[in-house]
Amino acid sequence: MSGEPVLTFYIFAFFIAAILACGSYCILVTRNMIRAIIGLELLIKAVTFLLIYAGYITGQMALAQSFVITMIVIEVVVVAIAGGVSLRVFRHNNDLDVRKLKKLRG
Amino acid sequence: MTTDLILMIVMMFAAMWTVMCRSLLKATIGLAVTSAVLSIIIFRMNAPITAVFELSVCSGLITAVFVITISLTKPLTNKEIIELSKDRIKRFIYLPLVILLLGGAFYALYRMNVNNIIYISKIEQVVTDVKTVLWDSRQLDLFGQIIILIAGAIGVVTLFEEKEKDEW
Repeated sequence: MSGEPVLTFYIFAFFIAAILACGSYCILVTRNMIRAIIGLELLIKAVTFLLIYAGYITGQMALAQSFVITMIVIEVVVVAIAGGVSLRVFRHNNDLDVRKLKKLRG
Repeated sequence: MTTDLILMIVMMFAAMWTVMCRSLLKATIGLAVTSAVLSIIIFRMNAPITAVFELSVCSGLITAVFVITISLTKPLTNKEIIELSKDRIKRFIYLPLVILLLGGAFYALYRMNVNNIIYISKIEQVVTDVKTVLWDSRQLDLFGQIIILIAGAIGVVTLFEEKEKDEW
């Protein structure tokens, strides 16, 4: 293994993993729907960073950019729909606590 | 590399602030900061088109969507916040699990041959222009984007409309 590229790889991998951990921890801990969406957003940020970095080190930035642009479009739609769903849930239950969504039980 | 390192540290702290702060509005601002810093990092990695997308859409539009959603819902009272924060401390039991998983993933990465990942770029025809890839090589992605945008627009119109009398 050569020195500097490998070290740089580990540094980037550490920060990507840290943001992944923040996002997954947010989803794991929270009971609030909006905060869960924020956690999901953080996970998407980490994956965006990972894709761009993968493109950067493999010299295929154009492909990575096209993937990330597609992902951003999907991300916006997911957030908008999830926001709408949480708003509907709030109007129905007067609360955003996911534990109170008992009417979804089969 | 030093600038990148500083930017990544700022991004990590912004992400941690997003997760840790109690107010949803502040969490949204933290997310916007994370996104803005990420867009700077992306720009520095020679991906300007994606950086512009990330800055305008993720840092701007998504923050606006979050602020609208939060403003249409009821904020918690101080009493509820204190009760929730007490409950939250109990849930820190999950933190060692997350750290353990992170450590395991990092150890697996360390055991891998990283040179295979870094020097994989020996593929012959690498297209360097993002417009060529987006408009010529991956046209189906654009169709997918159009379909998902239409689906999203219909979903937003349906979900954000005012509540009727006999709904739900």
